[in-house]
Amino acid sequence: MQLNNYVGFFRIILTLIGAMCLRIAPWPGEIAAFNPDWVLLVLVYWSLTLPDRVGIFHAWTFGLLTDVLTGRLLGQYALAYSLVIYICLKLHKQLRQFPFLQQGLFVFFCLLLSQLLLFFIKNLQHPAQLHASFWLPVFTGTLAWPLVYGVLRFVGLSQRIK
Amino acid sequence: MIPLRATISFFVDPLKYLVDLPIVLVDQAADSVSSYQTLKMENERLREEQLIHQTRLLKFEALEKENIRLRALLENSFKLGEQVLVAELLSVNMAPYEHIVVVNKGTRFGVHPQQPVLDANGVVGQVFRALPFTSEIMLITDPNHAIPVQVNRNGLLTIAVGSGQLNRLVLPYLPSNADIRPGDLLITSGLGGTFPQGYPVAVVDEFTSQPNKAFATITATPKALLDRNRELMIVWSKSTPVPLISKPAANEAETQTDAVK
Repeated sequence: MQLNNYVGFFRIILTLIGAMCLRIAPWPGEIAAFNPDWVLLVLVYWSLTLPDRVGIFHAWTFGLLTDVLTGRLLGQYALAYSLVIYICLKLHKQLRQFPFLQQGLFVFFCLLLSQLLLFFIKNLQHPAQLHASFWLPVFTGTLAWPLVYGVLRFVGLSQRIK
Repeated sequence: MIPLRATISFFVDPLKYLVDLPIVLVDQAADSVSSYQTLKMENERLREEQLIHQTRLLKFEALEKENIRLRALLENSFKLGEQVLVAELLSVNMAPYEHIVVVNKGTRFGVHPQQPVLDANGVVGQVFRALPFTSEIMLITDPNHAIPVQVNRNGLLTIAVGSGQLNRLVLPYLPSNADIRPGDLLITSGLGGTFPQGYPVAVVDEFTSQPNKAFATITATPKALLDRNRELMIVWSKSTPVPLISKPAANEAETQTDAVK
């Protein structure tokens, strides 16, 4: 049981690391603007399915790592991820009862909240006119949610992560 | 704050190398299967190029000496040559709307922020943030980047601002009657102290002056192949000037002071 726990823990970390790799993958030219926030999607999945294993600490840590990875202001992703995961943890019991489409809508609002926070922080640093493509990852992220859900469900079930 | 970022980057930077790995492997595979014929042709071409460059360098040495002498006559200091470090681009994409690239040399090699970065054709950008294993380079076309330039033909000074497009720089601070034409080469002016003087930056490709506006709209195309080169050069410019008074002259000055005594 203890061993299984550790294996499960490493699986979760590995999926998050995979998401971080996708985050900086060299998509060519125009497609790069569509690249969704994979790390947040994976964090949302794990916090909804295993709320006692993946919590705000994970969100904060991986947010900080994402900050350094993408060269942002230190702490902005940490803040956004922590807040979104806090909401996920608060609502996970209701969300499990929801049909899949409604869950998708919830994920959309999670991504939107995170992007809004990033937008707000960016504007605090220096008011800049952001391109409309800044909001694209929110929509592509919602579309990518079924994929993330399927893959992580497979990973979780095959390893029986508890 | 910076040591914290450097510490975290110890855990995160391997990911950048990991993401870059498939591209390196594909490149290596392509190299190992390329035919003898193509290799030979490439070798010949490179040899020719090297010969041409070496002959040019022969002249350059003499010109440099002459330049130092002339500047000494004008009692003007002359900056010594620069030292370069070749860094390789990592194929990672940090943020889609910013022109920041990552290279595989960091503070372990002595890279520090605000160092100029060049390629074989011209100025690429400057080091924006140096981490232990990687460093982030802001390209000259980033919307937040501006580089002081000079028109090579007549020495007109201005500032080239990034446009956010990879093949475009904007020169927003020139009046409508400025002496600048399409085809003019823009070189670094050395003002501001970040970029050493005299490196090619861009070629002016459009000059339109609207009569109702005070400033002309001028666009230029960067000389450096910003989206195609994998090898970049990080530059250390030695800012210590050449001693203007040569040794014998100094001795003479000493003897003169002695004579006064």
